[in-house]
Order: sequence, then structure tokens, then C-alpha cells
Amino acid sequence: MSGLVEIRDVSKRYVRGRQTVEVLHHISLDIQQGDFLALMGPSGSGKTTLLNLIGGLDAPTSGSITVGGQRIDTLGGNALAKWRAAHVGFIFQFYNLLPMLTAQKNVEVPLLLTKLSAAQRRQNAKIALQLVDLADRGTHKPSELSGGQQQRVAIARAIISDPTLLVCDEPTGDLDRQSAEEVLMLLQLLNREHGKTIIMVTHDPRAASHATHTLHLEKGTLAEASVAA
Amino acid sequence: MKYLHLVWAALMRRKSRTVLTILSVLAAFLLYGLLDAVRVAFNSGGTIAGVDRVVVSSKYSIIQSLPESLVARVAATPGVRKVTWANWFGGYYQQPRNQLINFAIGADYFDVYPDYGVTPAMADALARTRTGVLVGKTLADRFGWKVGDKLPVMGSIFPDKATGETTWIFDIVGIYEAPDAASRALEQQVLLNWKYFDEANAYGSGQVGWLVVQVSDPQRSAAVAAAIDALSANSDHETKTQTEQEFNLSFARQMGDIGLIVTAIIGAVFFTLMLLTGNTMAQAVRERIPELATLKTLGFTDRSVLALVFLESLLLILIGGVLGMALAAALLPVVSAASGGMLLLPPISAASWAIGIALMIAIGAIVGVLPALRAMRLRIVDALAGR
Repeated sequence: MSGLVEIRDVSKRYVRGRQTVEVLHHISLDIQQGDFLALMGPSGSGKTTLLNLIGGLDAPTSGSITVGGQRIDTLGGNALAKWRAAHVGFIFQFYNLLPMLTAQKNVEVPLLLTKLSAAQRRQNAKIALQLVDLADRGTHKPSELSGGQQQRVAIARAIISDPTLLVCDEPTGDLDRQSAEEVLMLLQLLNREHGKTIIMVTHDPRAASHATHTLHLEKGTLAEASVAA
Repeated sequence: MKYLHLVWAALMRRKSRTVLTILSVLAAFLLYGLLDAVRVAFNSGGTIAGVDRVVVSSKYSIIQSLPESLVARVAATPGVRKVTWANWFGGYYQQPRNQLINFAIGADYFDVYPDYGVTPAMADALARTRTGVLVGKTLADRFGWKVGDKLPVMGSIFPDKATGETTWIFDIVGIYEAPDAASRALEQQVLLNWKYFDEANAYGSGQVGWLVVQVSDPQRSAAVAAAIDALSANSDHETKTQTEQEFNLSFARQMGDIGLIVTAIIGAVFFTLMLLTGNTMAQAVRERIPELATLKTLGFTDRSVLALVFLESLLLILIGGVLGMALAAALLPVVSAASGGMLLLPPISAASWAIGIALMIAIGAIVGVLPALRAMRLRIVDALAGR
């Protein structure tokens, strides 16, 4: 069965100064629609690089990546930006909210790229904030929110345009245990109740335990896979 | 427009820096507005049509004198109601920094210039006293002069025939007060008796500096001016008849090319402004690299990010620039009024506004181009990784 994400023989090399570093070696992988996949591995194993390739933030040196039937490794910069806007929601370790905008305005940002009216954008952002249980924090700026709340705003921003895929890079890496648990429960809810396909890079086995599948990367190659009970 | 709040948020990220930058842009365009008005004032002497007083001076230079005999010929020209004349004297009182605006005036001067507020008794006193002078109240107050005082003037051009010295001693016979605020600048003058000046100066007699002509019908002033200039055509004292404003400006122009000076000052100010705001924009973008990378991650194209930074730069300059020019527009009448009519600055014209806006856009584009290109070219993965 072909997956939502099909990665075929993907390698990625970086040139740093005079050195060429091969970060990923001939990775092939299928991720099914509705999966919640945890990517684990030590630092430098290539987890984030693989996540960036799947999210269309970077292009592979060789191989192909197809998401939802579309080859994304051949798309140009503008086409890739538009594809990301339509199909991928991003959640980062440090939230990456715009500090001068309120929570609601932050959530609305991806909708600026759509044809929705200001009123529709506002309405959708309110719904997204309700979903992450922050309806009463819409007027707060990121600096006025806790880390957990900021990450939930980031999740609301990631889902506002109803993307096919959520890519999360260490989403609980900067949070205390309780906030991390809330965020993971939220991701699980989005996966189970709303059918979102989630790919999450994490160091934390507790975080990975919320996923339906776990893949381990070692020195740029897939080491082993496990499926949650 | 839907991106405007993003641009505004970026500007407000460092409020104090943005406010200070806007203030520096404001100051630059305030200066532009004021100096451009000065340049316009010095470059346009106004049109002769419709004015009731015109000035006749040498066609070639205002320091070239005209024969006194021309006065009668001009007076006989159809359309001329009255003629008077004057001669620049120059000099200072006590210290060179106390430069005086003083000239010797001919008969009927105050009939042509009721603006001085000189009473008939004062005019008589001046006519009767060879060494007499009338001084404006503002000037008299400044130096504490009163009627009856001796006034030594260190002349800068004309030696006294009797002494060979350029220091002349005058008697203050009257202190005049301009009747309205618009003519207050006239109170800065010292007016001498032309007869005395003509007889006593060592450079010869029978010469006048310029003639002031009152025309009967202002609608015909251009034709009268042409007729006056025709009187001395092809002679050794060809004349140029012009508005008083143009004549006054020609005095100021002796200092140099005012337009060039003003343009040079404005150029230097804008060059400095570009360096300052360019640095501010570069710093602002450098600080926001992760935020710009986030926007790109969310789907903003390279060109959208370029446009956002460009807009930010333009907005920064436009806010400061428009405020600066608006302030200049508000200040110009105040400056003109405060000068008591000595400096009549025109309001900022539509053309000056257009040039000002074009300058703002050009400066905004120049200072925004490098930061905008940097923002456009940044690689998301490097920027997010802090590389």
C-alpha cells in the first residue's frame, strides 16, 4: 500500500566550508495517512533533516519525496512555499510565534495567504484557539503566555489551514512535564479525532510513546521501527 | 493591505528605535520643507503683472548705478504715477556683526512707500537735515537709539569726500514704526538723506542705485516696465525693471547661488539619513531572521518576504517624511510672520510635496533594498538553526 508520504532512496549532503557532510543515506520510507510517527535518534542522526525534507523546507540531494501524490522534491521555491502553506502545519521546539502579534493574530498568519476575508480569518482563528483551549487568551501576546500556552498557540496556527500533515520538531523540548503532557495529548487528539497525520521528532521516549509508530535514525539511516501497542 | 499589520508589528518591535528613526526622518524632511521654500523664494521673484510698484535697476548688476537724469525720463513715461530712488550705503554700527540695512533715499520716497509708517513731520525733518537719518523702531530699540542721537556708521563702500574716511556721522531725526506686522522688517532699516549722500560721497554725484516706480494701473505694469526699459535700450546704462521681491532677492543672491547651497545642504542631510536608516533597517532585519524564516516556513514566498521588508522601510520613511513636511508647512507662515516680511516663504507647493514623496519612496527603497534582499534569500533551515 502506498503511503501519504513516500520517501524513496533519499540522501542529503551539506557542504560546510570545505567539508561535505552526508546527513541522510538512501532513506526509503512510507508514512500512512493518519499515522502519528515519532522520529527518534541521537543528535546528528538526521532526524530534523528528514523532517525538513518531508515538510518541504529543504530539498534532498538525491531521491524523491512524494506527499499526497505530489512530488515535492522537484518543486521550485515559490511552488514549494505555496505547497507548504496548503498542506503542512509546523510546530517547533521554541514555538516561533511572532512576538509583536497577539495569540489570535499569530494564529491568523497562515490565513493571510488565503482569500479569506478578515472576518473569516478572525472567526477561524477563534475556533482554532478554542480547540487548543486558549479561547480566552486570544488578545495576549506570546510574552504574556506560558511556554505550554505558547506551544498550544503554535499548534492552533499549525492546524488553522487544515493541513494534510503536521510536522513537529521537538514540540515538548522546551516544556515542563505537565505542559509537555498537555501538548502531547493535544497532538494525540488531533491525530485520533481529526485524522491528522503527524510526524514528530523527539529525544524523549515519553513523548514518543504518544505516537502510533516510532522510527529510529542512526547516522543518517533508518535503524529500527516499532509500533505502539 | 492585509499584510500591513505584519509590517506595523515589525516596526513596533523596537518602539524606541523606530520612534528615534522616525524623528530623524522627520527632522530631515522638516529641513527639506523649509529649505525648499527658501529655494523657491529665491528662485521666483514673482510676476510683474498686477503689481503697483516696480524697481528699475541696472540690467547687468545691482551694484551698477544709474544716472539721476533717468528719474525724470521715467517719471514722464505713460502709466507712471510716481518715481523715487535710493542708493545702497551699507556699513555697520560699532561692530562688524552689527551690519545695517541702510540706504540713501530720494524725494517722495514715503509717498511710494507708505508701508514705513513715516509721518510727514519725520519726512520733513529728514529733508531738512542734511546729516539726518530715520531709523526703524525695532533697530532703535535694539541699540537704544533715540531722536537727537548721533549715529556713527562705519561705511563699507563710500568714503566721505571731506574726510576721506568711510565712517560717517549721522543725526537721528526720527524713529518710525511700521503700521502692520507684515511690514515689521522695514523697522530694521536706516534711511539717509540722498542729497547729502550724493554731495558728500567721494565716488561722484548724479548717480542713483535704483528707481522705485509706482504705476497708475497695476494691470498695465508689464507694459510700463517694458516702456521704462526701452528708455535706456542700447545705452551704457540699460535697465531691468522687475518686481520688488525679485529685486530684494537679487541682493541675497550676491551671497552665492542659494538654490545650489540649499540643494547641497538637503543632499548632505539625505545622504546622512540614508546611512542612518539603512543601518537601522539592516539591524532590524538581522534581529528578525528567525521570524522571517518562520513566515517563509508558513508559506510566504521569497517575494512576499522581500515585499514585507521593503514596505517596512517605505513606511518608516513615509511616516517621518510626511510628518516632517506637514510640520514644515505649519511652520512656514510662522517663520514668514516672525521675519516681519523680510523673508516671505511660500507655502509648500504641490510640486514640492510630489518631489518630497518621491524622495521618501526613493530613500525608503534604497535603504530597504539590501535588508529586503537578505530576507528574501535567507534559507529557512539555516535561519531556523541560527546559522
